[in-house]
Amino acid sequence: MKKSIGLLIVLSLMVSAGLFAGGQEEEKAPASPMDVEQVVLTDKAPSGDLELFSWWAGDEAPALEALIKVYESKYPNVNVINATVTGGSGVNAKAVLKTRMLGGDPPETFQVHAGQELIGTWVAANRMLDLTPLFEEEGWMDVFPKDLINLIGTDKGIWSVPVNIHRSNVLWYIPDNLKKWGVEAPKTWDDFFTVAETLKSKGVVPLAVAQTWTVNHLWESVALGVLGADDYDALWNGEISWTDPRVVKVWETFGKILSYTNTDAASLSWQQATDMVVIGDAAFNVMGDWAAGYLSTTLNIEPGSGYGWAPSPDTSGVFIFLADSFGCPKGTNNPDATLSWLKVCGSKEGSDTFNPLKGSISARTDSDLSLYNVYSQSAAKDFAKDRIVGSLAHGVVANEGFMNDFSTVMEMFLTSRNAQQAANACQAIAIQNGIGK
Amino acid sequence: MAHSKKLKNRSDMVKAILVLLPSVVLVAVFVYGFIFNTIYVSLTDWGQGAGLAEHPVKHWVGLGNYRQLFSGFIYGRFRQDLVNTFFYSVILLVGTLFLGFLLAVLLDRKIRHEGFYRTIFLYPMALSFIVTGTIWRWLLAPNGGLNLLPTFLGLKKGEFLWISSRKAILTFNWQHLLSILFFIAALVFLMLLLRAVRNRIHRKMVIHSALFSSSLLLCAISRWLLPPLLPFEEIHGFNLATLGILLAAIWQYSGYTMALYLAGLRGLPESIRESSRMDGAGEFTYYWKIAIPNIKPITLSAVIILSHISLKMFDLIYAMAGADNANTGHPSVNMYLTTFRANQFAMGAAIAVILFIMAALFVIPYLMHSHKQRREG
Repeated sequence: MKKSIGLLIVLSLMVSAGLFAGGQEEEKAPASPMDVEQVVLTDKAPSGDLELFSWWAGDEAPALEALIKVYESKYPNVNVINATVTGGSGVNAKAVLKTRMLGGDPPETFQVHAGQELIGTWVAANRMLDLTPLFEEEGWMDVFPKDLINLIGTDKGIWSVPVNIHRSNVLWYIPDNLKKWGVEAPKTWDDFFTVAETLKSKGVVPLAVAQTWTVNHLWESVALGVLGADDYDALWNGEISWTDPRVVKVWETFGKILSYTNTDAASLSWQQATDMVVIGDAAFNVMGDWAAGYLSTTLNIEPGSGYGWAPSPDTSGVFIFLADSFGCPKGTNNPDATLSWLKVCGSKEGSDTFNPLKGSISARTDSDLSLYNVYSQSAAKDFAKDRIVGSLAHGVVANEGFMNDFSTVMEMFLTSRNAQQAANACQAIAIQNGIGK
Repeated sequence: MAHSKKLKNRSDMVKAILVLLPSVVLVAVFVYGFIFNTIYVSLTDWGQGAGLAEHPVKHWVGLGNYRQLFSGFIYGRFRQDLVNTFFYSVILLVGTLFLGFLLAVLLDRKIRHEGFYRTIFLYPMALSFIVTGTIWRWLLAPNGGLNLLPTFLGLKKGEFLWISSRKAILTFNWQHLLSILFFIAALVFLMLLLRAVRNRIHRKMVIHSALFSSSLLLCAISRWLLPPLLPFEEIHGFNLATLGILLAAIWQYSGYTMALYLAGLRGLPESIRESSRMDGAGEFTYYWKIAIPNIKPITLSAVIILSHISLKMFDLIYAMAGADNANTGHPSVNMYLTTFRANQFAMGAAIAVILFIMAALFVIPYLMHSHKQRREG
């Protein structure tokens, strides 16, 4: 009994100490000063181990294995360890990577979504090497589009080598079904609303969505459509506030679009949402172009005739991109092997081996288009000429903290459908996560 | 002679200490050390700015993180998670105990092939939550499984969204949480007071009337005098999307509860049942008036074992509804996302500490109870 009283006293002291100390919380932790270190280029032939950390398993594994084969034929002395942690979009892999990096055991190189997901996490933590010398030596400054280099770099350097490019703002449909229902793929959201009414009267779900991340994915297309490319970029640079009427309008439009979607979204995977379009339960689906891989390879539908695509409404001429990329963490055991891997990733041979298998396009503007299918060819053409902006749902324009909190805001919005409240919450999480200071 | 015995005792003690020491040290470091480290981290701001730097800068913020979780603008999801945990615990407990007891009573009637049924009922227990979750996700899919059942009777297909509904019932405003809690406390004390009055226990009458009136007073103070917990309305309640997950959890653990109860029922001497029959008690009266009171200890241990299961439903929820479905949310899922996806380590630690306290609320009474029993026994 006495003991427990003692314990209580100690506990209450601790609690009250915590309460009174709460006053000092105003001071924010400053990021530690960046001393940028660049990669050191050598001509040494690499040897030893190369531990390659990724979440490419299952459907995506053959592409990675092909890329590793290219690497092994060029650098036979290196022993490649393929450390894959399965789990869609890297949920599990990222957690494992974090514990390894914090524990001082970084892999030689790791897969990461290019852009803020890398910059806001690992570059901010000062754990990556600047790859500018490599980009200059390999001549990549000229073969990668300028918009792309801006989005994967900061004023301090370039942080990763993109191996592929996916497009996010694509509207998918089945041409035969649309003909049957007597509608056409909408060019603008206003078009969509008229088309949607027709579809609804025929008992068809106008737009199929799935679990929360696909809704976030839809949101970025809507935001780009409503804001336009300039304002969309300005939003991420912090030049436009989230409570700006233009951004509130994004949420309003988005809410209206959601009223034309399926109610069972939260229990569907993105493939199931695409399936709804294929079997004719739904008319359209906004999804990244991995859907093209799913439609052509898994479901064996002919691109162009069997399934059709268009830029999502109001976004023609703009290409929301996301990319998988590899970077060079500080303090690895074998930086030479890392650099040679990065060279293969960025090379024409490497990316033209990898991408046709992965169902994505090359980040290089000089890739051999004959290797790709009809859809990828059209995407590559757009990538070469369109304005390029970054994806939110896939980590290009916002850091991990913002992305996580945005999912929470989205859940809130899906229940409340309150545009102003969602805009206010976004402003709060943007400040908390240091977006656009 | 006595001397050597003492010496032997002492060397025994040294040996015992040497044998125990490693595990004591390991537990001290890897259990209690880490618990205290997590508590410390939860009182800092680790995760802001360069949270993943080699030597991250941490500042002491006191209870700031906890204040944020309970009353911050953007942490509504965590508060919903807490409400969910409450409903998960209560419904899982009631459902599993009821179903488990029912199965035990059915098996207790000495039916044929009892071993076979026992195995079937107990089997779900052998599955991991991930497997259970995957099976039930298929069963509860909007266009399949349970929703198809009515069609076998020629009825229309069911449309219930078992794990993705966005409807909530029993809603309340988080602003008034404190006053609601005090009001519930007042109700409990009122019941105790009435019971004391009926039994004419004077001392208890005084205590309970004091507790009743003070909690009623606190309820009034927190409702009208103190500022509300949140500056804005926030509605939480029992999300119907959690029904599907509860169904799976109850399915998995009712067999286990059945085994516990069956052992308890079998432990009752046959003579009790016979004499109750002689006195004219039916089956129902036997279980209600005689069996249930006699297997109270079994119910207690079942409650303890089951109640903390509701705190570790992480994998079940993850497999069935996914991490981002806030309607089925749970603090453990939120903790994982906050820590490993959003890199807010201090906030994640704060959620972990709250989970730890909730687990302690279940475990400590049990430890105290068993300690008391051992001393009495």
